Amino acid sequence: MLTENLATVAYLGAAILFILSLGGLSNPETARRGNLFGMVGMALAVLATIFGPRVELAEGLPWIVGALVIGGAIGLYAARTVQMTQMPELVALMHSLVGLAACLVGFASFVDTSVVYEGAAKSIHRVEIYLGILIGAVTFSGSVVAFGKLSGKIGGKPLLLPARHWLNLIGLLAVIWLATSFVAAPGVDAGMTALLIMTVIALLFGIHMVMAIGGADMPVVVSMLNSYSGWAAAATGFMLSNDLLIVTGALVGSSGAILSYIMCRAMNRNFISVIAGGFGGGAPVAAAAGASGEPQGEAVPVSAVETAELLRSAKQVIIVPGYGMAVAQAQHTVFEITKLLRQKGVGVRFGIHPVAGRMPGHMNVLLAEAKVPYDIVLEMDEINDDFPDTDVAIVIGANDIVNPAAEDDPTSPIAGMPVLQVWKAKTSIVMKRSMASGYAGVDNPLFFKDNNRMLFGDAKKMLDEVLTALKD
Amino acid sequence: MSLTIGVPRETFAGEKRVATVPEVVEKLLKLGFKVCVERGAGDAAHFSDDAYRTAGATVAASAAELYAAADVIFKVRPPTAAETAQLREGATFIGFVWPAQNPELMQQLAARKATVLAIDALPRQLSRAQKMDALTSMAGVTGYRAVIEAAHAFGRPFNGQVTAAGKIPPAKVFIAGAGVAGLAAIGAAANLGAIVRANDTRAEVADQVVSLGGEFVKVDYEEEGAGGGGYAKVMSEGFQQAQRAMYAQQAREVDIIITTALIPGKPAPRLITAEMVQTMKPGSVIIDMAAEQGGNCELTVPGEAVVRHGVTIVGYTDLASRLARQSSTLYSNNLLRLTEELCKAKDGALNIDMTDDAIRGLTVIKDGAITWPAPPLKQAAAPAAKPAAAASTAPSKKSSHAHGGGGEPMSARSLLIVSAVAAALFWLVGAYAPAAFLGHFTVFVLACFIGYMVVWNVTPALHTPLMSVTNAISSIIAVGALVQVAPPLLRSSAEGAAASGRPDDLILGLAVVALVLTAINMFGGFAVTRRMLAMFRK
Repeated sequence: MLTENLATVAYLGAAILFILSLGGLSNPETARRGNLFGMVGMALAVLATIFGPRVELAEGLPWIVGALVIGGAIGLYAARTVQMTQMPELVALMHSLVGLAACLVGFASFVDTSVVYEGAAKSIHRVEIYLGILIGAVTFSGSVVAFGKLSGKIGGKPLLLPARHWLNLIGLLAVIWLATSFVAAPGVDAGMTALLIMTVIALLFGIHMVMAIGGADMPVVVSMLNSYSGWAAAATGFMLSNDLLIVTGALVGSSGAILSYIMCRAMNRNFISVIAGGFGGGAPVAAAAGASGEPQGEAVPVSAVETAELLRSAKQVIIVPGYGMAVAQAQHTVFEITKLLRQKGVGVRFGIHPVAGRMPGHMNVLLAEAKVPYDIVLEMDEINDDFPDTDVAIVIGANDIVNPAAEDDPTSPIAGMPVLQVWKAKTSIVMKRSMASGYAGVDNPLFFKDNNRMLFGDAKKMLDEVLTALKD
Repeated sequence: MSLTIGVPRETFAGEKRVATVPEVVEKLLKLGFKVCVERGAGDAAHFSDDAYRTAGATVAASAAELYAAADVIFKVRPPTAAETAQLREGATFIGFVWPAQNPELMQQLAARKATVLAIDALPRQLSRAQKMDALTSMAGVTGYRAVIEAAHAFGRPFNGQVTAAGKIPPAKVFIAGAGVAGLAAIGAAANLGAIVRANDTRAEVADQVVSLGGEFVKVDYEEEGAGGGGYAKVMSEGFQQAQRAMYAQQAREVDIIITTALIPGKPAPRLITAEMVQTMKPGSVIIDMAAEQGGNCELTVPGEAVVRHGVTIVGYTDLASRLARQSSTLYSNNLLRLTEELCKAKDGALNIDMTDDAIRGLTVIKDGAITWPAPPLKQAAAPAAKPAAAASTAPSKKSSHAHGGGGEPMSARSLLIVSAVAAALFWLVGAYAPAAFLGHFTVFVLACFIGYMVVWNVTPALHTPLMSVTNAISSIIAVGALVQVAPPLLRSSAEGAAASGRPDDLILGLAVVALVLTAINMFGGFAVTRRMLAMFRK
């Protein structure tokens, strides 16, 4: 059994390991060690708690071991079987678990009357419980909806209720009013009603917030929910007076917030409006602008064999993957083509837009899965200046992130969003299933440029044909 | 106050370059400087005194007059003792210095209370330093010239032909070291029609060799030779043995060998032995571009072309100077870019900002105090430059995002508002919250900042693993569930707890469910991160 002091020191060690873990993740060379630090830190924290002064081993151990074994088995199974393309769904689902756990711990803490608080301490404790459950519930329902959207179980189109901002505002006021009555409530039963109503409102708010978001904004949502799950953990830490929970929650929360901020900047959106759940304000405008500003011209189709011909005679090729590549599971074929071209002496690189795919860094993970070496996978800022020297730029299942309207057309709803300038390459080839517009609902003038060719069809099937043609 | 830049004539024997060309003089004047050129400084590079006068420079009759007038000296070669003595006290010197090789010169310059920026000490790995990288621009010129010298000394055309008078076999060229000079040589030789092979201890340059039309020859031994800062490092004994075997092999096969191998601060590695020279075909040529640092070939005589065992060995040390007009133009552009960095205000004054990594590296003496060598750049410096670059391209379009942090400093007004709000919040907390809460609050705020600092530098490629690992870490909430499963006070004060109505079963149930959920997250999160990271490879 550990004393209170020993447990505290163990917690400190765990907190340091978590910081090192996040720091390690900043670089591919140290990332694996970073993950190891995280695991060791977590093991240290859990063991220190189990054997610490706050748990009565004889009574708790069977329950604890049972819960850890069941949960661990499910988690490991899910981690082993998940497809890399399903990674966003898995992460979203996992966020929901943290949110739900935070709610449950909050309720448990509230009904636990064995620790008695008085005066200001009581009010603060109540506020902490209230906030913990609030954030937890929003995270939970928001993540579940995000999971549904990412896995295609719920449609990707944003659901825009009339007067939705007013609904959110009313919800917020109700939550604040309930908070005052909850803090003032004398006993457990009196407070429970307010707490339950608030939980329901929070759940609805979470659903509503994520439902209003279109598929293209998902990277922001996923990282934002990540942030929320951290804040939920921090609130739980306040509630239980546990510094480790506070530190870790704050680490996760702020890191998620920064990721969201980076994503927002990549899409030229306002961070504050995103955090407040004010997504998609531009969506109706988008439709209107799209209808009025219909780009004129003709898209020139191209066959897989001709594409292979273009690639073979090229010296520099840049591949721009998007969500379409993930959907078609085409990353392995892409790598086969890359390998073949590199053997023939063609320089092949990848240009990754920060918000390509459905979660931050999604494309990098898929390409890494296909064994594409990470030093030829470049960020937008690194590669954008190289397009004029590029012979062929291939866009695989991406649309908005290569839309020249973002730079040329100030009335476009995506105006000002940094994009990959594929049209500056000598030839660009866009692989797409049809001429439909992207998630932002904006037409893409790229398709009608003189040096652009369209390769219609399923990305995987078309790339297989290109590969076959290249091998001949 | 506008400073006078002085451009002396180079006194080193055979040096034809000049540190500033008339075209650049005009641009320096626009930055607010005055420019004074020594009479005849540009003659050897075909820039007349009149051209300098037309560009707006004054011409000093003698070196003494120039040094007396100049606050800043632009020069190519390191100053001689006599030149150093003429330098005005407290003046600034910009040019090649080679502080490692010239310790006495450093002492002399320091004694003059000078500020010295050694263009050769530039931290070349900084991408924004490239525009100032004179080593690179000079190396490109010398690499080209080396091929021309080789073609001159070699008795055949480079490109293969079949003519009525017989067949001309193509020349085979082997280039040792694929740095900037080596790559320029590869390109030039390939364009003349030769069959080009090249080798470098840094395996990652193979692609660049191939892209210029060369063939990369591997050493049959596994070792990575990148030594930081774009240079190679000294290799192990086993590697060197394998490398010698490869060089011996190439010496027997090729007609021309061009060597460019340099290791910073050390004598050039001996790659080509006398025996290898003996095995070369008569009439073959070796161009030793490392002659000044002792030479890559044992038989090299620095500064001269000699014939040994029927092989012409060229050890010229003035290859850049042989294309004086072009190399002067490139060099003076490098100095101009540096001056722009030093004079952002365009007011004709130099501001040497020692917090700037590039400037810090260049500055080897500051106001008479030797500051060389500069501390090594942090490993994180290169990735950290990316978010900064991203930020600098962005703000022009979105000034409304000024509260962004990280990118550019926020405006004074929004900073004031943010500070006021923060102060008000902190005052509220301080005034009403109990002490225990304050402790937790401190920890919370500090942890937020640590999270911010740590995550800001993460490369975008790792965002997904980062998210899944933070997600796994957020299952720390398990600790909260654990302490609720069976708190010790349950038994010690069982009656008291029962009396206060603690619903044990309910709490236990909630806590166990929470524990299962977090366990899924914990094990699943770390396992899936591990799986993902295992896939990232170079």
